[in-house]
Amino acid sequence: MAYEISEYYQKHKGESQWQDGEYTCTRTTMWTGPGCHNGCGVVYYTKNGKVEKVEGDPYNPFNLGKLCMRCLNYVEAASSPERLKWPLKRVGERGENKWERISWDEAYDLIVKEVRRIQSKYGPESIVAMEGTGRNVIWQVPYLCYAGFGSPNFTLGFLSGESCSMPRLVTEAVIQGDFSFGDYSAHFPDRYDNPTWKVPGVILIWGQNAIISNPDSSLGHWIVECMKRGSKLIVVDPMLTWLAAKADYWLQVRPGTDAALAMAMNDVIIKEDLYDHDFVEKWTVGFDEFAERVATMPAERAAEITWVPKDIIEGAARLFAKADGAATTWGVSVDMAVAGVSAAHAITGLWSITGNLDKPGGQSIIQYAYDLGMAYDYGLEILSEEVKAKRIGNELPLKQTGYGATAHSDTLLKQIENGGNPYPIKMFWFQSTNPIANMGAEAPRIYKAIKSTEFNVVVDLFMTPTAVACADLVLPCAMSSERWSNRNWWMPLAGIRKVAEYEEAKSDEQLILELGKRLNPEMFPWKDDKEWNDWIIKEQGSKAGITYDQLNDMIYSYDHFEYYRYEKGLLRRDGLPGFNTLSGKVELKIGLFESWGLDPLPWYQEPPESPYSTPELFKKYPLILTTGHRSWEFFHSEHRQLKLNREFHPDPLIKINPETAAKYGIKEGDWVWVENYRGRFKQKVKFEELHPLVVNAEHGWWFPEMEGAEPTLFGVFDSNSNNLTTMCQNGPTGYGAPYKNQLCKIYKVTEENSKILPSEQVTKLGGFNYVYK
Amino acid sequence: MSKNNERYALLINYEFCTGCHSCETACKVENNLTHGQWGIKVAQDGPRKLENGKFEFIHVPIPTSLCNLCEDRVNKGKLPSCVQHCQAAVMSFGPVEELAEKISKPQMVIFTPV
Ligand code: SF4
Ligand code: SF4
Ligand code: SF4
Repeated sequence: MAYEISEYYQKHKGESQWQDGEYTCTRTTMWTGPGCHNGCGVVYYTKNGKVEKVEGDPYNPFNLGKLCMRCLNYVEAASSPERLKWPLKRVGERGENKWERISWDEAYDLIVKEVRRIQSKYGPESIVAMEGTGRNVIWQVPYLCYAGFGSPNFTLGFLSGESCSMPRLVTEAVIQGDFSFGDYSAHFPDRYDNPTWKVPGVILIWGQNAIISNPDSSLGHWIVECMKRGSKLIVVDPMLTWLAAKADYWLQVRPGTDAALAMAMNDVIIKEDLYDHDFVEKWTVGFDEFAERVATMPAERAAEITWVPKDIIEGAARLFAKADGAATTWGVSVDMAVAGVSAAHAITGLWSITGNLDKPGGQSIIQYAYDLGMAYDYGLEILSEEVKAKRIGNELPLKQTGYGATAHSDTLLKQIENGGNPYPIKMFWFQSTNPIANMGAEAPRIYKAIKSTEFNVVVDLFMTPTAVACADLVLPCAMSSERWSNRNWWMPLAGIRKVAEYEEAKSDEQLILELGKRLNPEMFPWKDDKEWNDWIIKEQGSKAGITYDQLNDMIYSYDHFEYYRYEKGLLRRDGLPGFNTLSGKVELKIGLFESWGLDPLPWYQEPPESPYSTPELFKKYPLILTTGHRSWEFFHSEHRQLKLNREFHPDPLIKINPETAAKYGIKEGDWVWVENYRGRFKQKVKFEELHPLVVNAEHGWWFPEMEGAEPTLFGVFDSNSNNLTTMCQNGPTGYGAPYKNQLCKIYKVTEENSKILPSEQVTKLGGFNYVYK
Repeated sequence: MSKNNERYALLINYEFCTGCHSCETACKVENNLTHGQWGIKVAQDGPRKLENGKFEFIHVPIPTSLCNLCEDRVNKGKLPSCVQHCQAAVMSFGPVEELAEKISKPQMVIFTPV
């Protein structure tokens, strides 16, 4: 069915603002919080400075008028009485959830005083700034950390092994010099009608339920549009998702074994001579060694490791290689294994050896529109080499050489636990991150760490468990409709326009700017958030040749895009043909890894705890626990206070094969305890088509409706799958962690075995101590 | 519902309905429906293995008696909210006759809630 644009919106084509009765209508971009990683085009209907309705903008090529349920219910979120309204200072003990209202000036004064004290007593590196999953704070918080605090320690809320995108991104950077996405025509404003675009013959969806998770800058439903136009699917997923049910091949992989599967698929393609000889000869290096290495993982061996039958591995590999255009969409499941980087390497190999890189309907190389890329390294150059070298985890080669600006979370945790060697950590700045609910593996251990410092600030939309547990100061943040900002992730470049205000909440930019002016005025010269954005668009994005106001009037701006740029010398700074790597070619054998003494070819390693690596443990904990998959209603730990979203999804769900459930005397709808030697949590059973030895639990659950003060702490540990995951088990690069491949056992929740709930166990009784019975 | 005394309806191409709940949410928000009330509700069949080894996994959104086919929106020249926001773009709105002509493939259904 065609995309239909109603008469009403046709009448307002080209307008960025208009009046509709008592409403002012504004077309702009939605970006979190709350929401997700994407920037869907919206029309806000405002009255008296409040957003009363939100609709998708049918003229925005990104989402073509559609919205998912989170943005459709934006008004409830933005007007929720539970939102933080003004700065709050702790009055009771940490954890008591007692606060007093203070002014922004008082808040800033307190922060400046504490920052100065810590800087002079311990050094600026003792301050750690963190955020959750990037999004609309992707560049502001790093800038505050570097330019405001003078610390190199900007980090991602205790994300073990940085295993969300980073392993994939760094691997792509060293192999092919740029990032790439499956080609669903996203880089063209005329989308599916663009004459140079071709619908992918096949779409490989690896470790992701794309229609729900809406990966970075890509809407899962673009895949559905391609299916309507004839794309076939190959889906790698332990669970039968809607996409998997529609696939020609569903590879029901054992969690954590993706590297073996991808190696074997490469081997099939090479052995059966289905690879693109021309591309491989002209544009890759290290093919022979790569082929030799993947030959150590023939399909028979991979079938034993991954539990995917040999003929399915072979069939999928053939379909991929023979397709007229093969696009790949991959998810965090690739990252969330010790062998995450290697899995990413082998999957990159699949699209490279089949010549799918940078071709229509294949794998699009993406760059920031107009070279305007603001990310975790924004402002890093301000720091001296000496300070930069103090970054936690700086010894990791990928960090040292500039791949990834973040400090390493696992090393940070160890540094806190070892009593502060080589230097103590004295202050945390949490902006839009809720690590004990969500991001930190081994949540109870993170809980102790965040309580260990002298001064903590939390900036967020709502009072979170992290804030109650450890904050001394809580600051209210503006939502998407309440901020002047811009979105410059890949394409298009888009404006974000302020159409509303909420109490004393401030945008990330405004808050950081006001604080920065007090800490280091020279580096914060802009008058306000609007002027900062204007500077960014004009200076950093000068190629666009527009001002920030113009961008807001245009709503978005697409940079020029074309295919086969490696042939035309459009990818490298030196203007020569080839890829933006040291060799100018796709490095199937990674030269940089070799020079750092890391294995330059893909490898497979069993998850640290698995039926094969720890058979004794498997006897005690006979199920594989995978976690972290998304649901329509929520994004990570967000949206739990919204009544409409909770009506659809009131409880945390653990997905279990009905056969397995029957074996344990469990019915659908029962609550079960999920336990391993690190701890336990409870969720409600939902039947799904999963391997009988695999269970799939939800993440990010806390209960805003429950008591905030400890020991309850919004029940944050009661249903927390991160009671069972683990920090500090990373791959050799420092990237990759086994979030999605742990062992567990399950048993029914009874009154008898629920006298002490995990939240009380952790906050009051000293934690699980790994021996809870 | 009538503009020119024609009956209006919703056409669903349910082969590609993903069960994303956007139609349900759009309707709840548009019509201010309380907890437990729905103007449209998505029914699910499957996932179920067929004899040929393929899977059946179907969603069909069913308009309820609370659906007024977004009369106010339509009178303003807008599409019904569920139709505009359907993420898989599988819903159409129009006169029954026109929609019937669009039935061009398997797995399509027309609903006339009012
Ligand atoms: S994908 Fe959904 S949550 Fe994300 S911006 Fe678009 S509508 Fe909002
Ligand atoms: S047409 Fe309007 S009232 Fe009917 S289901 Fe759709 S959104 Fe609800
Ligand atoms: S919005 Fe569309 S795709 Fe989503 S459930 Fe409703 S009909 Fe299906």
